[in-house]
Amino acid sequence: MTLSNRQIRILKVLAFVACLGPLLNLVWKAVHILPWTSGIGFIAAGADRWNLGANPINVITRATGKATLIFVLMTLAVTPARRLLGQPWLIRYRRMFGLFAFFYGSLHLATYVVLDQFFDVGSMIADIEKRKFITVGFAAFVLMIPLALTSTSGWIRRLGGKRWHRLHQLVYVTAVLAIFHFLWLVKFDITRPVKYGGVLAILLGYRIAIWLVERTRSARERQVIANPRTTVPLS
Amino acid sequence: MLIKKSGDIVSSEITPKKVFMNRRRFMTGAALAGAAAVAGHFVGSMREPTQTVEAATLKISGKSPYSTNEQQTPLKDIENYNNFYEFSSDKYEPAKLAQKLKTRPWTVEIAGAVPKKEKIDIDTLLTQYSQQEFIYRFRCVEGWSMVIPWIGFPLSDLIKHVQPLGKAKFVKFTTKYDQGEMPGLKYGGLDWPYVEGLRMDEAMNPLAILATGLYGDELPKQDGAPIRLVVPWKYGFKSIKSIVKIEFISDQPTTTWQAAAPGEYGFYSNVNPNHDHPRWSQKKERRIGEFFKRDTLMFNGYGDQVASMYAGMDLNKYY
Repeated sequence: MTLSNRQIRILKVLAFVACLGPLLNLVWKAVHILPWTSGIGFIAAGADRWNLGANPINVITRATGKATLIFVLMTLAVTPARRLLGQPWLIRYRRMFGLFAFFYGSLHLATYVVLDQFFDVGSMIADIEKRKFITVGFAAFVLMIPLALTSTSGWIRRLGGKRWHRLHQLVYVTAVLAIFHFLWLVKFDITRPVKYGGVLAILLGYRIAIWLVERTRSARERQVIANPRTTVPLS
Repeated sequence: MLIKKSGDIVSSEITPKKVFMNRRRFMTGAALAGAAAVAGHFVGSMREPTQTVEAATLKISGKSPYSTNEQQTPLKDIENYNNFYEFSSDKYEPAKLAQKLKTRPWTVEIAGAVPKKEKIDIDTLLTQYSQQEFIYRFRCVEGWSMVIPWIGFPLSDLIKHVQPLGKAKFVKFTTKYDQGEMPGLKYGGLDWPYVEGLRMDEAMNPLAILATGLYGDELPKQDGAPIRLVVPWKYGFKSIKSIVKIEFISDQPTTTWQAAAPGEYGFYSNVNPNHDHPRWSQKKERRIGEFFKRDTLMFNGYGDQVASMYAGMDLNKYY
C-alpha cells in the first residue's frame, strides 16, 4: 500500500478527530444534549449527573487515564508497525499520538488536581510522597513534559537527531511507570493492567530484539575492521 | 427534587420511589468549585433507574434510634454502584448480572456452637423478626460513601433467639456460592465462597443488623438480597451480602479479603481515618452525589456506640 502525500494528510485529519474520541465521548455523556432541545439554555436541562455514573469524577479519571495509556502504547507501536508492515509513512503520525498521550495525561492530572482533590495541596503532596501508585503516575507525567516541549521540528533540529532520539527514549520509562501506576491502584482484579502491560512488553521486546541483533552485527563488523585476519582462518 | 427528612415518617412513605435525584446539593458544590462548566454533567435531571425493584413492600414496624438524618443517597446510585465480585469486579455490572441470583427458596443455615442447628427459611426471618428502618452511613474501603435507609432487624435479635453456647466467641457469615448464577466466581482470585466475621460483642452491638430491604422495599439483588449484614462502623466489605450460613465458632475466622491481602484488609476493618490503606489515604471520602470530599470520621461517626468495644486495643495493629 502506497499513499500519496495528500492521502496521508487527509488520513491524518481523520485520525486527529478519532484521537479526540475519548474526550468527545466524555463530553457527550456529561452534557448529553437532548435531541429535541435547542439553544444553550437547554443543554444544562438535558444533562444528567448519572450519565457518568454514580461517581462521575472516578469515571472521568479512569477514562482520561485509559486514553493516556493507550496513546503512549500507540506512540510506541508506530515504529514496529511501520517496519513490520513496510509502511514508512506511519512515522508521520507518531508525533500526533505522542502529543495526544500528553494531552490526555494532562487532563488526567487536571482531573486529579481539580475534581478529585480540589487544589488540596497538602493532601496531594502527601499522596505523591506516600502512595506509590501516585508517585509513579506523577513521575510518568513529568517525564512526558520535556518530550512534549521538544516535539517540534525546530527542536529536533536544535538538538540534533541523535540527541533528540536519546531524550525521547524517556517515553519507555513513562510507559513502564504508567503500567505500574495502573497495577498498583486496582483493588484486586489486575486483569486489565496485566493486559496493557503485556502489550507494552511486546512493544519493548521488539526493540530489545532489534537492539540485540544490531549489537551482534556491529560487534562482528567492528571485529572484522579491527582484526580482519580473525575471520580468515589461517591455513 | 430535594428530599426532606422528617423525624417520624419512614422514608418509604415520604419519598416517591425512583425520584431521588439530589441535584441541588450537588449543584451548590459544583458552583462553589467554579467548575460548573466541567461539571455540567452533575446537574441532574431525572431518568428512570436502569433496574427497578419488583418486590413487595416490606412491613416496617419501627425506626432505629441510631438513624442519621443526613441526606440519603438516591436509590439509583445504591442500585447501580455496587461491589459484588461474585458477579463482576466492575461496579456497574452487578446491577444487570445479579438479576440471575435466585433468592427464593432461600434458607439461612445456623451452625456451629448452637443447641439447635437449623435452616431457617428467609420468609420466616422476614416475619419472625419485626422489620425496622435503619438509616446508616456506609463507607467503602475504596474511599466513597453513601447514606442508606436499610430495612432489617438487629443481628442480636437472631443471636438471642438461637442462643449460642458459651464457647462461641465469633460469628462467621458465608455468602451463597453458585457458579450457575454468579458469573464472577469463575475468574477466581478471591477464595470463594465469600466469608466474613465478627467478634461476638460486635455481633451483639445494637448497630449491627441483618438487612432485608432498603428504601422500603426488599433488597435489590445486587445489594445483597435476600439478607445481608450491615455493620456501619466498618468498611463496606465487612457487610457481607446474600448470606446462606451463620456459624458460631470459638476461633477468629479468616475473612475473604484478609486472606487475599492481609496487609491491606484486617479482620476488624473498622473505619479509621488514622490508619491508611497501604496504597491510599483513608482520611477523606467522597459521598456519592457530592463534589467535595468530606472528612472520614472515626468508626464512621459511630464511636459513641462502638468505641468502648475496642478500648485498649492498638487499632493500627488490629486494623
